[in-house]
Amino acid sequence: MRPILLQGHERSLTQIKYNRDGDLLFSCSKDQVINVWYTHNGERLGTYDGHNGTVWTVDVDSESRFMISGAADNTLRLWNVATGKCLYTWEFPTAVKRVAFSEDDKQVVCITEQRMGYQCAIRVFNINRSGEGTKQSKEPAHMFNPIGSKATVCAFTSQPGIIFTGHESGKVSLFNFKTGEEVDNNERAHGDVVTDLQMSPDKSYCITSSKDKSARIHDTKTLDVIKTFTTETPLNSAALAANKPYVLLGGGQEAMNVTTTSTRQGKFETRFWHKVFEEEVGRVKGHFGPINTIAVHPKGLSYASGGEDGFVRVHHFDDSYFKTQPYGDLQIED
Amino acid sequence: MPGLDVENIEDIDYSDIEAKYNVEYDDSFDNTLVVDGVPIIDKSKLEKLLAKICKEFSRKGVPIKQDDIFMPWDDSTGKSVGYLFVDFRDANDATNALLAMNNHPFDTKHTFKLNRFSDVEKYANMDDTYAEPEEEEYKPREHLRAWLADPQVRDQYVVYRGEDVEIFWHGKPSQCELAYKPDWRDFLYVSWSPLGTYIATLHRQGVRLWGGPSWEPQQRFAHPLVKLIDFSPCENYIVTWSNEPIIVEGKPQGPQYFSPEDEGNNLAVWDIKSGHLLRTFSTSSSTEGPGGKRQMQWPALKWSPDDQFVARVTPGQMISVHELPSMFLHGKKSLKIEGVVDFEWCPFSDKDRDEVENGAGGKGTKKAPENMIAYWTPEVANQPARVTLLSFPSRAILRQKNLFNVSECKLHWQNQGDFLCVKVDRHTKTKKSIFCNLEIFRVREKDFPVEVVELKDTVTDFSWEPKGERFAIVSTNDPNLGNPGPGITIKTDVSFYQLDRVKNDFKLLKTLQNRTSNAIRWSPRGRFVVLATVGSSTKSELEFWDLDFTLEDRREGQIVKEDWGSTIQSLGLADHYGVTDVEWDPSGRYLATSASAWTHTLENGYAIWDFRGQELLKQIQDRFKQFLWRPRPRTLLSKEEQKQIRKNLKAFSREFEEEDQRETETVNTELLAHRRRLVDEWNAWRARSKKELAEEGYDHTKEAQSEEEKEEIEVWVEEVIEQIEEEVEEVEDED
Repeated sequence: MRPILLQGHERSLTQIKYNRDGDLLFSCSKDQVINVWYTHNGERLGTYDGHNGTVWTVDVDSESRFMISGAADNTLRLWNVATGKCLYTWEFPTAVKRVAFSEDDKQVVCITEQRMGYQCAIRVFNINRSGEGTKQSKEPAHMFNPIGSKATVCAFTSQPGIIFTGHESGKVSLFNFKTGEEVDNNERAHGDVVTDLQMSPDKSYCITSSKDKSARIHDTKTLDVIKTFTTETPLNSAALAANKPYVLLGGGQEAMNVTTTSTRQGKFETRFWHKVFEEEVGRVKGHFGPINTIAVHPKGLSYASGGEDGFVRVHHFDDSYFKTQPYGDLQIED
Repeated sequence: MPGLDVENIEDIDYSDIEAKYNVEYDDSFDNTLVVDGVPIIDKSKLEKLLAKICKEFSRKGVPIKQDDIFMPWDDSTGKSVGYLFVDFRDANDATNALLAMNNHPFDTKHTFKLNRFSDVEKYANMDDTYAEPEEEEYKPREHLRAWLADPQVRDQYVVYRGEDVEIFWHGKPSQCELAYKPDWRDFLYVSWSPLGTYIATLHRQGVRLWGGPSWEPQQRFAHPLVKLIDFSPCENYIVTWSNEPIIVEGKPQGPQYFSPEDEGNNLAVWDIKSGHLLRTFSTSSSTEGPGGKRQMQWPALKWSPDDQFVARVTPGQMISVHELPSMFLHGKKSLKIEGVVDFEWCPFSDKDRDEVENGAGGKGTKKAPENMIAYWTPEVANQPARVTLLSFPSRAILRQKNLFNVSECKLHWQNQGDFLCVKVDRHTKTKKSIFCNLEIFRVREKDFPVEVVELKDTVTDFSWEPKGERFAIVSTNDPNLGNPGPGITIKTDVSFYQLDRVKNDFKLLKTLQNRTSNAIRWSPRGRFVVLATVGSSTKSELEFWDLDFTLEDRREGQIVKEDWGSTIQSLGLADHYGVTDVEWDPSGRYLATSASAWTHTLENGYAIWDFRGQELLKQIQDRFKQFLWRPRPRTLLSKEEQKQIRKNLKAFSREFEEEDQRETETVNTELLAHRRRLVDEWNAWRARSKKELAEEGYDHTKEAQSEEEKEEIEVWVEEVIEQIEEEVEEVEDED
């Protein structure tokens, strides 16, 4: 495996994302900038300057035309991917923790933090894709406050008008964003904060990671837990490997506890688990701090991890990864 | 009116209501004592006497008032009758007074005899006819060694984590399973007996022993607030210790409980089978030596290997040896040894044990071997320090050796009692630096020859190979020794020595330099040894060594012909972060390392390794506390049978290998079937959800797009590498 070290950030990574073609990788960090990289050689294509606070989250549309980002400066920004220009800025009372594009790129969902007397809010904006993209409506199309524990992660589902959320208490829910009604929930999906949520290509299932040291695959319709992957370290991110029956888990000791354990304890590794057998398959070392975010190439050719140490590592899989069948010739559906 | 008939009101049965509201009169005389032995007086002295009696009672901590006393009078003589009755508040106070005042000397002529009033009546009305006690039905008890009959010959271990105890079987990977999860609550820790028969838990109220296949309670010893326990080597007796002195107050009485004589002591010896208390001792006097408070030695009582004697040392004065089961001082006097610091019993070899067992069975045709004690005394005035070997019970001195410039001695017996090594820490004349001598007594030879191994460094750990002729030491000259601090790991050297059969002395086999190891753990079968770095926050290495690597089938007594020290081979290196305890299983096949929450809270848990250092199992568990292998008793096979097995090892191992093969195959097929099932479930679920999506009209175009063929771009690059200009001269033919 050929790791490419992307050294463009000065502080810890918060989220990384491949575009749909897999040729670009977007990364955002606490150093307030967003970078975009060529995935095949790790060359930096450019940066998106403008945020005045930790950029918590980023997402890119399927055409790689628009990018959306949310930051601790209480703004949500829409960018032109090609030019790096900020097209539109929305302002909120609190920080934006999570954004996501809908499947048809016409909508964006964002979660704002619960702070300073403001409740955690989920807003859905309609994106005007005509022209330059600078003419956006200021007001959200839908907005509601989830009752109970605050939401930490969210994504659109395949059902129209329904979003999937993960919460601080470990709960996962389905919300109808038009009415703000909680359609369904699973209170005991996790025992601690849900830290990441990534959808399968057809959005029929998703993987969540949590500080309760486990990652789980859920059916996005019934919210049933399909698979559970239990590790010995708090998890910050979980991703589904495309075209291979694996899941990738990353995490590590909390930053405050890092000094009390040695790196050789192997807590800062990306763990590969078999999606169906719930067995650990292998680990990839490299980071010297906890892994904050993992993303997999949409065609499964490579994966990237971003760590608390400020580095992004892009790993292109070797031929042997595609050829070997460590579990025999069992046909496993995607 | 069909209602109440007033005439018949007395017919109504009130008995239930009466029973309910019946006031229970305390008409027993449990709170009344009869005091005998009171001086006979006339009325004139009554006031004075009563005052005096009240004062005496109060002085002993059981205050009474004059009103509580009833004194009967002989009206014919006008004098008292010599006894009186005292009423107490309740039966408890009466009991206390009985304990305090019975046999109390009132004056030179009179001694109080106290009895319960109810007792007087009871004994007076005793039925003299003998009633045959009913014979209890015989209930067969479970076999306490049932775990040895496990068909897969697995060993057991106990894990104590949080508040839970679990007992596991450990064998081949497929055979490891939970054996029992007991519901024991509120105890300090658990401990196996030395032969593995019982497991003990230390509760507030005392010690409990459990055993047998269903882990029934076997025995209990009521020693409140017990902190330490120690079993005798043959599991006949148990010693318990608590830092709180024993208080006897209204406790149930009987041979299983403390009696008033035991008050204030804190060390108790019990018989395991009957549960009877044999004797108690006080350790408080020995802990406070002349030089201030010294740490108590544990075990405080040392057992002879045959459970015949138990001895304790009074530092600087004597060794007291008690016989069992009576617990009387042997020969009615202690071994008075001025200045004695420490002693050790010589362990029995297998041969000795055979003789003891045969002697017990066969009418003692052979005399049981004598026990041996080794002790040492430090330098006092002009007298040199001295190590003495003493046989017991004959008390004959077998060998003495004088030593000079001694600051400390440690006695290490080889487990068969073949050798005794006295590790002598010696100081130079200036007392500035400390170095070490090993004085090795060869006990089985005539006149007990002593050999000295001189070392320049300080030896921090010493260990004999079980049943072997080798030992290992950890030595260091690190200046940080003695002032431990966080992050300081002492550099050490580990050396192996072996008895050279030709020259008949101990020679250095090999030294491993620049280690951090501070613990030596020999396999209980010998040959393999693990060097571990324990208790360090930065290093936690485990080194696995084989000391007979090239000799595949070395027979006992065969002289080693290979180069000296060439057979030592490292088998593996491993690491267990924060390891605090390292322990071999009784068969010497597996090693367990554990990191206990009692020492630190980082990555508590345990790991099991094979003898080559391959990790077999690792459990990281919060609040993990204790890991203990269950010990095994000595083998029941005779020497000949063992030899037979060794001879036919090949045949046996073939059998086992076939079994292993079969097992792995079944495991593999099971695993495959399990996986297939998982895949089928997954695929079925995927098919279902895909169908649902299709029904809902999910747009697949995007997906289809992503499946389009990878575009291959071929780029032709033309590059000019070099340009050469050549002038070609045209030569024209000049015809």
